[in-house]
Amino acid sequence: MPSRPELRAPPEFFYNEEEARKYTTSSRIIEIQGKLTERALELLALPDDGVPRFLLDIGCGSGLSGETLSEKEHHWIGLDISKSMLDVALEREVDGDLLLADMGQGLALRPGVIDGAISISAIQWLCNADKSSNEPRLRLKCLTRGARAVLQLYPENEAQLEMITASAMRSGFAGGVVVDFPHSTRAKKYFLVLTCGPPSLSSALPKAKTEDGESCSDDSDSDEENKTVSISDRRRPRKKQKVNKKGKGREWVVKKKEQMRKKGHSVPPDTKYTARKRKAHF
Amino acid sequence: MRLLTHNMLSSNIKGVTNGFPLRLQVEKSVEKEVDLNPDFLKNIFPKIEWKALVDASRALGYPELPDEAEPSMLDSHDFLKKFHHALLELHVEEGALICPETGRNFPISKGIPNMLLHEDEV
Ligand SMILES: C[S@@+](CC[C@H](N)C(=O)[O-])C[C@H]1O[C@@H](n2cnc3c(N)ncnc32)[C@H](O)[C@@H]1O
Repeated sequence: MPSRPELRAPPEFFYNEEEARKYTTSSRIIEIQGKLTERALELLALPDDGVPRFLLDIGCGSGLSGETLSEKEHHWIGLDISKSMLDVALEREVDGDLLLADMGQGLALRPGVIDGAISISAIQWLCNADKSSNEPRLRLKCLTRGARAVLQLYPENEAQLEMITASAMRSGFAGGVVVDFPHSTRAKKYFLVLTCGPPSLSSALPKAKTEDGESCSDDSDSDEENKTVSISDRRRPRKKQKVNKKGKGREWVVKKKEQMRKKGHSVPPDTKYTARKRKAHF
Repeated sequence: MRLLTHNMLSSNIKGVTNGFPLRLQVEKSVEKEVDLNPDFLKNIFPKIEWKALVDASRALGYPELPDEAEPSMLDSHDFLKKFHHALLELHVEEGALICPETGRNFPISKGIPNMLLHEDEV
């Protein structure tokens, strides 16, 4: 069985009742998620005026990350695709409001209302989307101008991370990746820091934490206003498609060709030869 | 779900152009006290769709909010108290949110709206 949980089952099945409870009672996990959230908050760089903000926690799970937001007096909305994780959050009486939602389906929030978004250890799930319908996209239009999203994730490899970052930049986010503790395999942590709207002083990429105080970061910016990060690179082996012995049949082929025509592709006309079985010639 | 959240939610079903506000169907609601923070209220006020908040709070049996509001009212403690109560202390526990354009029903159970879309709605 693959070691990365995203490769085993879709999140709403992986985080079932048992896993949700196991996750939330591990003192090691509680500590790590708390620390990651504190760091994400630091990178969000909210104005230092003591005013509580209105934040979004994407993939909030059982509320371990959200609790850190509440400790700092912020109000938040958390969304998660796993009902079992949200049930544990309810038991823990978290202060944020919870939504059962799929971050890959676009967020059901009005544009420009959120002061900042965080996501802790959740985005990598999008890279293994199971729904055949769409390439998953994280839409962040709900952020106010100049607001940041800090997404801590466990990329499967450098290429995947680069792809996600490039997509964010193309969509008009400024920012890049902050890698904390890059020289330690265990402590190494990736934060995608995105600022929406035109780059400003405050959208300069923050410095990473290193063992020796050295910084390393990747920088880029852009002007447009479009706030979608596409995330792909499916790794889970796809289910084998059931093929019935007879093949798809003429009807299916004709329908498919019609669909392609509607999309503007040039498709050969339907004739008596369409979808006819070919003899095996050698 | 607090009315703060209701005020931010908008139906994102494919093809829907105006998914706000979601109509609120209340079967059960509760009140939970929270500390009032004037700074938070002042910061969030410009982002609130006032009419939607007034209607939602009335649906929850709280008729105290004025029909119209403007920033200068934030200096009144009496106003802040009402705004705070409507926004942060009233919770919908059971009920539904209904898309204004399609009539699609998003059920609310144990205070959590189920906003998951079917594949053909994405
Ligand atoms: C490792 S947990 C992190 C939870 C929480 N942020 C924390 O720090 O404890 C990852 C969470 O991402 C959620 N998740 C995965 N894919 C998701 C999706 N498409 N939409 C919403 N949540 C998702 C999972 O259900 C799970 O609760």
